[in-house]
Parts: sequence; C-alpha cells; structure tokens
Amino acid sequence: MAKYTIKRLLQSAVTVLIVVTIVFLLLRLLPTDYYFTEDQLMKFTDQQKHDALEAAGLLDSPGKQLIHFYGRLLHFDLGESRRIQHGVAVTKVIGSKFTVSMRLGMISMAISLVIGVSMGIIQARFKDKIPDYIGTVYTIFVNAVPGLVSYSLVLIFGSRVLGLPSMYSTRKATESSILPIVCLAMTSIAYYALWTRRYMVDEINKDYIKLARVKGMSTKTIMVKHVLRNAFVPLAQYIPASLLLTISGSLLVERFFSVPGMGPLLTDAINRYDTNVVQALVMLYASLGIIGVFLGDILMMIFDPRITLVDKGGTR
Amino acid sequence: MAKEPILSAKDVQIQFSLRGKKLMAIRKCSLDLYEGETLAIVGESGSGKSVFTKSFVGMLDANGSIVGGSIMYEGKDIAKYKTEKEWMTIRGRKIAMVMQDPMTSLNPLKKVGKQIQESIELHQGLKGEAAKKEALEMLRKVGIPNPEIRYNQYPHEFSGGMRQRVVIAIAVACRPQILICDEPTTALDVTIQAQILDLIHKLQDELKMTVIYITHDLGVVANVADRVAVMYAGQIVEYGTVNEIFYDAWHPYTWALLSALPQLGVKGEDLPTIEGTPPNLFNEIKGDAFAPRNKQALKIDFVQEPPFFDISETHKAKTWYLDPRAPKIEQPKSIRRLREKMRERG
Repeated sequence: MAKYTIKRLLQSAVTVLIVVTIVFLLLRLLPTDYYFTEDQLMKFTDQQKHDALEAAGLLDSPGKQLIHFYGRLLHFDLGESRRIQHGVAVTKVIGSKFTVSMRLGMISMAISLVIGVSMGIIQARFKDKIPDYIGTVYTIFVNAVPGLVSYSLVLIFGSRVLGLPSMYSTRKATESSILPIVCLAMTSIAYYALWTRRYMVDEINKDYIKLARVKGMSTKTIMVKHVLRNAFVPLAQYIPASLLLTISGSLLVERFFSVPGMGPLLTDAINRYDTNVVQALVMLYASLGIIGVFLGDILMMIFDPRITLVDKGGTR
Repeated sequence: MAKEPILSAKDVQIQFSLRGKKLMAIRKCSLDLYEGETLAIVGESGSGKSVFTKSFVGMLDANGSIVGGSIMYEGKDIAKYKTEKEWMTIRGRKIAMVMQDPMTSLNPLKKVGKQIQESIELHQGLKGEAAKKEALEMLRKVGIPNPEIRYNQYPHEFSGGMRQRVVIAIAVACRPQILICDEPTTALDVTIQAQILDLIHKLQDELKMTVIYITHDLGVVANVADRVAVMYAGQIVEYGTVNEIFYDAWHPYTWALLSALPQLGVKGEDLPTIEGTPPNLFNEIKGDAFAPRNKQALKIDFVQEPPFFDISETHKAKTWYLDPRAPKIEQPKSIRRLREKMRERG
C-alpha cells in the first residue's frame, strides 16, 4: 500500500512535469509582442523592446529558458502577470480569486451531494412510481435546458420574488452568494441523482439482493446495508477530483453573476496572451486533477475489497 | 399416508403479466410436503418448478402473483400474504432458500462472516459477539476450514463450491423447518456437486429439516430424494416415491424424461429426445398439456384435461392412460429397461 502510494505519487509528479513542459514550450511559440502591455507596445521602440526581452531572458534558446523556468519553479516562483494585472505575481492573482470560487464550489457540492444522493435513493426506492418520474423530469430539464436559460430563471425568481442580490459583491458576500450557489448546485444535484439512482437500480437487480431478501431482511434494511453502500462505491471515486476542482470555479455561473472567481481567469488569460498565468493555471489544474483521481482510486480500494491496485505479481 | 403434511399447496395458480399480456405460469398445482422428507421437483426449463416454490416464500417477481388456490402452512394460508411484514415471519425464519448461482448470490463488498451473521442476528436475536460465535459455528458446520480466517474474507476469495457452502450456511443459520434448494449444484463443477449434496443431506439430518430440491438432473434426484414430483407446463403431472417414479412411471412426460437419461442410451443409437416445445403459457391450454408432443396421445388428451389417477397410495399420475376405459397401453421399452438395469445393480 505505502509502496503503491509512493509509486503513484512519483508517476503523478512526472505527468505534471510533462504537461507543464509541453505547455511551456507551446507558449514559447507565441509572438514576443505579447510580453508587453498594450501601453508599452505603443510607446516602446524596437530597440527598447529587444532590450527588455533580452533582460527577461526571453530571447534565449527554448532549452535554456526551460531550465531557467524549472529553476524558478523550485522556488515556487511562477513569474508575474503581464496583462491581466500588470506586475502582480501570478500566485497572488490566483490567490485572490480561488478562495471565492472554492467557497462557492464547496458549499454547492455539499448541498448537491446531500440533496442529489437522497433524491437518487428515493428514485431508486420508488422506481417507476411518481417520485421517480419527478426526479427524472428534473434531471432531464436541467440537462436539456441550456445553462443560461435556467440561470436566468433562477435569477428572475431569486431577485424579483425573493429580493436577493443579482450581482455578487464582497460587501454582502453571504447574501449575494445564494443565487450562484443555487445555480451551481442545480446541475450537480441532477448529476448525483442520476448516477445514484442508476447504480442503485443496478445493485437492486443483482442476485445477492434476492438472497438478502430470502434471508428475511426487510427492504429498508437491504437498501441501507447492501444497496446503498455498494452503489456508493462507483460514485465515490469521482468525489475527491470534483472536490479539488471546485477551485477552478464555473465560467458560466461566475460570468453570469459577476463573481470575481477563477472561472473566467483561464479563458481571459488565453485571450490576452498572459502566458505566465496560463502556465500557472494549467499546472494547478493538472496537479489537482491527477491528485483527485489518485485519491479516488485509494477511496475505491478502501470501499471495494476486490480491487487491489498493488500488483501481486504473476496473478494475471 | 397418515402423516399430516407440514405444507400443503392446493390448486395454486400463479399469473404473470408481461407487456400487458397475462401468462398463467402455474395452473392449479397441488403439493403436500411431509415433515423430514426430501422432495425433488423435476421438469424442463420453464415448467414452473422455480416459480411454484418461490411462492412458498413470497419471492415471486413483482409482475407475478398468486391468483388462486391456497398454501397452508402452520394453519395459515400464506398464499394470501401480501405485505413484506407478513412474509418476514416466514421467509428465512421458517422456510429458507438456496439459490442456483453461488457466484452472484453473495454481496461482493461484505465479509462472508458478516453475511452469515446478518441472518443470525435477524432470526435468533443474538447480537455482537454471540452472533459472531454462532456464525463461526455455521462456517464450521458447512465444512469450511479455518473459519476464523474465512470469517473475515470476502466472497471473491472463495471458490464456487465454498461460496455455495456459505449460501447454505446463511440459509440454515436460522434453523428453518423447510429448505428449498433451487438447482443448488447446477452452476458447480461435477466433483463439487456431490460434496454439496452430501452437505445438504448431512445438515438435513442434523437440523431435522424438510428439503425441496428443484432440479432437472435426474441423477441428483435418484441420489437424494425420497419423493419426486414431475412438473410440466405449470402443473404437477405425476408424483410418487423415487422407486415408483423411476421404475413404474405412467405419465408419458415422465417416460420421455426418463428415456432421455444418458445412462439408458445404447451404444450406437441416438439418445431419445423430447420433440417439440412446451406449450405457450400465454394461450389457454386445452386437454393434456403434453399431448401435442406425445406420439401415443389419445383423442381425449386433446379435449379434456385428465384428473389424477391413483397408482398406489403414494403414486399418482395425471394421464388418461390410467382410465379404465383407455385402450391398453404398455410402458415404453426404455422404462422397462431402466427397471431391469436398476435391478441388476441391486
């Protein structure tokens, strides 16, 4: 187990390194003009630009730049943002935003896990009866209606009827978080309900449930002791990754409610050729994704005794 | 037989609704079960043997229900039971069941010992350590070595035969009066089959259980059963003691089944098969259900359903051949050959 963990961690580190290197090299293909702010581009002469680039080491060969980049990475120096917030360290740019996204994301995830999973349980328990139909209609509605339409409905209802703020503001953080959280949770509730129901129905139809029934257990006990636990295993695998990636925020929801979160940051950085920010974000998301999947695998192994990720050697 | 039956099913009718159509899976089936005996129910796939016995524990699929007849058990008509609460007084507690496929019958994510313990806690009112001790005892009883280690293992660490032993342990953990074994050895290796049958037999003696075997393996029947009931198209067509069924069968379907025994084949000759297919249970069946497949069928077989005729006190068959008005019909050669063969062996 410990050996496996170390092996996986090393593998993960290598993967992240490869991702980072590829992105770094790709970004070097961009025209050098983008290392200047719009202002500087207008004012600088060609000589000034050349000098500035040379000073920043950007005219060195890609190999040399890469080594330099790795060196800075060791000191956790990701450089400065050039265009989004000129001269501010990338870590600071991200730092100010991710807490907002993460707070909204975690709250909405907790809510949707509780509501979504219970909804799935009820749907599975009353399969093909009214509660199941209601749940299915909700799931289909959320998935079929474009996000912006359903968010608009939430917005109209929330602001007109309940009088909640329609824009996020730091001064009224709690109140103005409600609508974005509702919008975030809306989709994931449907997701969790759908998969909980599906996995539970899968389990209910298995032979061992029949045996449990013939053993004389009540449906309720079977649901709790056998079905739910077994159905939760495949679901649990994705929870760590989802949890960690709440940090990335939601592009749509954050734009819609003007939340100063991480959601729009990556696309903004790409649009404005802020290479250091792009680089940092890619590295962050890649690491979190990989760690999340790794934790998910460990979780699976704890829940399901049949899964041994450790190679027993020669068994298959 | 002067003994009172412990379970008595009378004219049981079980109907399934499938895609809006009604299917009569069990058509007025009657059966008496006596204490301590081993009864085998044989018949081809789809004859209703499983469905019939499942109705004794209320385990019919959701689209099936008992629409007629009665099943008397301990003075109550359990055919009338509707709620889970009613069934829970019987299911697992008084009548237990061992199912066909041990590979899928156990929860893959629960320790084997715990799964036995669940049954014990449910029915014997034992808790915690006491229940665990009893579970270990059960493991030992069904012949699983190192029960202390095995208790903490998961089903995937057990072989098919070992799993079936666990399934049996779960079934008998609550000391049921009746044990229904639904093709308990079909999914197992031949060498393991004999061991499992031995085990069930041993437990039956030890715990004074009445056992119903559902099988289509006549070899198993000959080895374990006291009495045999032959089922065809949702009805019992003949029943009697093992000897009566094997040596002196009278229903043409029983003949056909026995003739198809590989042991009776003569080298160089094709093994007889039962031609045709069982009747479609969606349609109403007129006369003897087996008549269309019976080359020697009488005219009346197509018109009117035969009643049961007594051959002996314990042996009855549902065929017009036994009617005094019927033309003289001899048992087929193969049945006589079987009788001789059995005699030779002693």
